[in-house]
Amino acid sequence: MSTTPDIRFPRSTSETGRVSPKYTRHGSGAKGGFEMAAWLFMRLSGIVLVVLIFGHLFVNLMLGNGVHAIDFGFVAGKWASPFWQWWDLAMLWLAMLHGTNGVRTIINDYADRDTVRFWLLIVLFAAAAAIVILGTLVIFTFNPCPTVNGVPLPGSFCPKP
Amino acid sequence: MTASTAEPASKVELPASVGGGGEIPTFDVTLRVRRYNPEVSDESHWDEFKLTMYGTDRVLDALHKVKWELDGSLSFRRSCAHGVCGSDAMRINGRNRLACKTLLKDLDTSKPITVEPIKGLPVEKDLIVDMEPFFQSYREIMPFLVAKGHAPTKERLQSPEDRERFDDTTKCILCAACTSSCPVFWTDGQYFGPAAIVNAHRFIFDSRDDAGDMRLEILNDKEGVWRCRTIFNCSEACPRGIQVTKAISEVKQAVLARQF
Ligand code: HEM
Ligand code: SF4
Ligand code: FES
Repeated sequence: MSTTPDIRFPRSTSETGRVSPKYTRHGSGAKGGFEMAAWLFMRLSGIVLVVLIFGHLFVNLMLGNGVHAIDFGFVAGKWASPFWQWWDLAMLWLAMLHGTNGVRTIINDYADRDTVRFWLLIVLFAAAAAIVILGTLVIFTFNPCPTVNGVPLPGSFCPKP
Repeated sequence: MTASTAEPASKVELPASVGGGGEIPTFDVTLRVRRYNPEVSDESHWDEFKLTMYGTDRVLDALHKVKWELDGSLSFRRSCAHGVCGSDAMRINGRNRLACKTLLKDLDTSKPITVEPIKGLPVEKDLIVDMEPFFQSYREIMPFLVAKGHAPTKERLQSPEDRERFDDTTKCILCAACTSSCPVFWTDGQYFGPAAIVNAHRFIFDSRDDAGDMRLEILNDKEGVWRCRTIFNCSEACPRGIQVTKAISEVKQAVLARQF
C-alpha cells in the first residue's frame, strides 16, 4: 500500500485552513473615529505649532539683545504677562499632545508584541502626563521672588522689600 | 495540387544584417534565491545558481531555467508571464516587483541577484506565500458593484469624466506588491493594506456605485486608512504604476468629508 506521509495541507497556519488568526482583525467593529480625530489633530496642531514655535524662537532669540538677553529674569519677565503664560501653555499642551500622539503612532507601527506595545504606551502616557501637569503648574504658579523662611531671595529684578 | 505548401506569411526571412536571436548578447548572472521547505526544515536558506542568460531575459526566465534545468524543486507562482495576472510578485534585490517584468539587464549583474518571497505574508514554500490574508482584506471592502434600484436593461452609462475619476485604480492586478512593501503591514498584518484601499477607491469614486459610504465606513477602522504613514513604498512597488499613495489620500479625504 502507499505510504504517503501525512503532510498537513500547507495553506495558512490556522486549523480551519483559512486565514491565519494573526491576520484577522480582532478589533473589528472598533471604529476609527479616534484614529481619524488623531490624524486630523496632527495636521491642525502642526499648523498652530508652526506659529507658536517660530514666534517663540523669534521673540527669545532675535528681538532686542537676542539670545544674550536670556536669563532667569528674562523668563520671569515673560511669565509676568498673561499673554506669554497662555502662549507657552498652548505650546506646551499642543507640542506634548502632538509629540505623544506621534510616538504612539510609532509604537503602534513597530511594536509587534501586544504586551511590549502595552507597556511602551503606559510609559509614554505617564511621561506625557507628568510633563504636561508639571509644566502647567510651573507656568501659573511661577514666582521669581519667593520668600523662604521669612527671607526674600535676592533677585535684581525683584521689588526691594 | 502540389504537396508543398507556401511558407506562412508570418515567418519572415531576416537578412543577416538585421540579426537573429543568436546575436542577442549573453552574460553570466548569479541568482541568489531564498529557499524554504517546511517539510525539510523550519529554517530558510539561500541557494545560489550561476546561469548564462540573454539580454532579453527577465528574472522569471532565470527562475524557469533553474527550475527546468538545474533544480526542479524550486517553487514559485507564475501564470501569464506578461505582467497581467499578478502571480509573480517577489522581492528582487530588496524591491517588490514582478519577476516577469524585470529584465535581468536592468539589474546589477556584477553582483548576485537576490530573489525572496514578498514580506509580511506566511511563506508556504520558497517564493510562494499564503495570499489568503491579502484576499481577506480585499473581500472585506466589497470589490463589486453595488447599485440601488432595478438593473437597467442596457449598460450603465457613464460620462468620460466620471470614468476618468477612478481610472488609475481600475488597473490593479492584485499582485500584493504594494501591501507587502508596507512596513505598517509587516508589523502585525492587521492593516487593511494599500491594495484593499486601492480597490475600494475603484468603487467609492465610481458614479454608478451606491455603496461608497459603506466602504468608507469599513476603511474608517482602527486598522484602516489612518494607519497609512504616506511613505510611498506602495506607489514605488506597484508594477502597474498606480499612484497608490494618492488613492489612499483621496479615500482619507472622502472619509473626512463625510463627517463634516
Ligand atoms: C513645527 C511645527 C510642526 C508641524 C507642522 C508638525 C507636523 C506633523 C504632522 C503633519 C505629523 C503627522 C505625520 C503623519 O501622520 O504621517 C507629525 C508627526 C509627528 N510629530 Fe510633528 N509637527 C510639528 C512639530 C512637532 C513637535 C514640536 C514635536 C515634538 C514635541 C513633533 C513630534 C512629532 C512626532 C513624534 C510625530 C510622529 C512621526 C510620524 O508619524 O512619522 N512635531 N508632525
Ligand atoms: S495596487 Fe499595484 S502593487 Fe498593489 S496589488 Fe494592485 S497592481 Fe499590485
Ligand atoms: S506571471 Fe502574470 S504577472 Fe507575472
